[in-house]
Amino acid sequence: MKQGHAQSMEQDIKITIIDREGVTHQVDAPTDMNMNLMEVVRAYELAPEGTIGVCGGMAMCASCQCYVLSDHKLPAKSDDEDAMLSEAFHVEENSRLGCQLHIHENMDGLKVELAPEE
Amino acid sequence: MIKTDILIIGAGPTGLFTVFEAGLLKLKCHLIDALPQPGGQCSEIYPKKPIYDIPAFPEILAGDLVDNLMKQIEPFQPGFTLGERAETIEKQEDGSFVVTTSKGTRHQAPIVAIAGGLGSFEPRKPPINSITEFEDKGVEYIIRDPEVYRNKKVVISGGGDSALDWSIFLTDVASSVTLIHRRNEFRGALDSVEKVQELKNAGKIELITPAEVTAIIGADQLEGVTIKTGDQVINKECDHFIPLFGLAPKLGPIADWGLEIEKNAIKVNNALDYQTNIPGNYAIGDVNTYPGKLKLILCGFHEATMMCQSAYQRIFPDKRYVMKYTTVGGVEGFDGSKKEAPKAVIKAIE
Repeated sequence: MKQGHAQSMEQDIKITIIDREGVTHQVDAPTDMNMNLMEVVRAYELAPEGTIGVCGGMAMCASCQCYVLSDHKLPAKSDDEDAMLSEAFHVEENSRLGCQLHIHENMDGLKVELAPEE
Repeated sequence: MIKTDILIIGAGPTGLFTVFEAGLLKLKCHLIDALPQPGGQCSEIYPKKPIYDIPAFPEILAGDLVDNLMKQIEPFQPGFTLGERAETIEKQEDGSFVVTTSKGTRHQAPIVAIAGGLGSFEPRKPPINSITEFEDKGVEYIIRDPEVYRNKKVVISGGGDSALDWSIFLTDVASSVTLIHRRNEFRGALDSVEKVQELKNAGKIELITPAEVTAIIGADQLEGVTIKTGDQVINKECDHFIPLFGLAPKLGPIADWGLEIEKNAIKVNNALDYQTNIPGNYAIGDVNTYPGKLKLILCGFHEATMMCQSAYQRIFPDKRYVMKYTTVGGVEGFDGSKKEAPKAVIKAIE
């Protein structure tokens, strides 16, 4: 029987996030709550409220931009994400928008660094 | 001086609904917003996106939500100061407040309700060294008067609608228009993209992509920009450089109003009435914070409703009042309109 929540945390994966101060955090991220990476950062308060997820997660600002440091194969960017990154600042080859990265079990061990605040 | 009962800073959904709740209490409202149109983020960022958590609306477009709110508050004849940012607040001897905007418009009210969302929308500035030193000396983030660019050499950067639209518009005004974007693809409206393509083919717009402006050239006044495209670095002479990268909200001057700020938001007394540390100043919607705060439109509506009851008591401390249901009391507009539930018809059986 599949319910909304299982009582154990077996769906959690580990993600390493380097915040804007350069501090490294390893956090547990649930794969069963339809969360994205930007929301994980907010849930652990790794960036001040109002400086991340400003548009709410619609790929319409770049406040959740991060650099992917591990070699995980992530889903390709949508046109929206691609377009937003083409107008974002401090963009690198490995830039992604955290709000467009939905937490999935194959992201276990992912390592990202938050891009500087604009 | 514009005088009103409740001065609302921010014309987003929460600010707009405040007009309705205040109107039921016969209180007049005036709204100030930095954007040129009402609706806040709903109009500016995502008018065509659906919202699914407005009670009793299984789905509604953000733009339609704003239109509906405007219709709902119409009988209460709110005033609007749009396209002006609320800059300063001064408490008067009689306990009222005077709020002055970026254009010097003054507003006076006994109650100020800050419904400023994430702040006022301001242009995103690209991180180019010394760019801020050239602001209004050839670097502009917003085009206020296109005539400024008559017969001038203009460089625009950006890939959205405003970069495309202004590039198109300025071809008839400026002596030269150069458009720079980091990609070959543009995300603006299709007909704008096609128009730019036409103008490029006709030699009226110089398009440089994929490219980026990396430096500003000039002493006191802008003389040109450095453009990096691939491995090439070009110095391009120009009179104006206009980066058009859209708008982002910043808390802005409100942060200096003496209000208690926490997590980029204004602390309020949520157990009571969403009042701030300054009596008579309330903060509602996304701009406030309290334990358990959720930045949702529906929470903003609730906060606006509670706040108006408290504002009424502040303005009329000696009057007794109980909240009335609109189904019972109807809605009496300040414009003389009256909406009310139809009366039951009683008919005898003979």
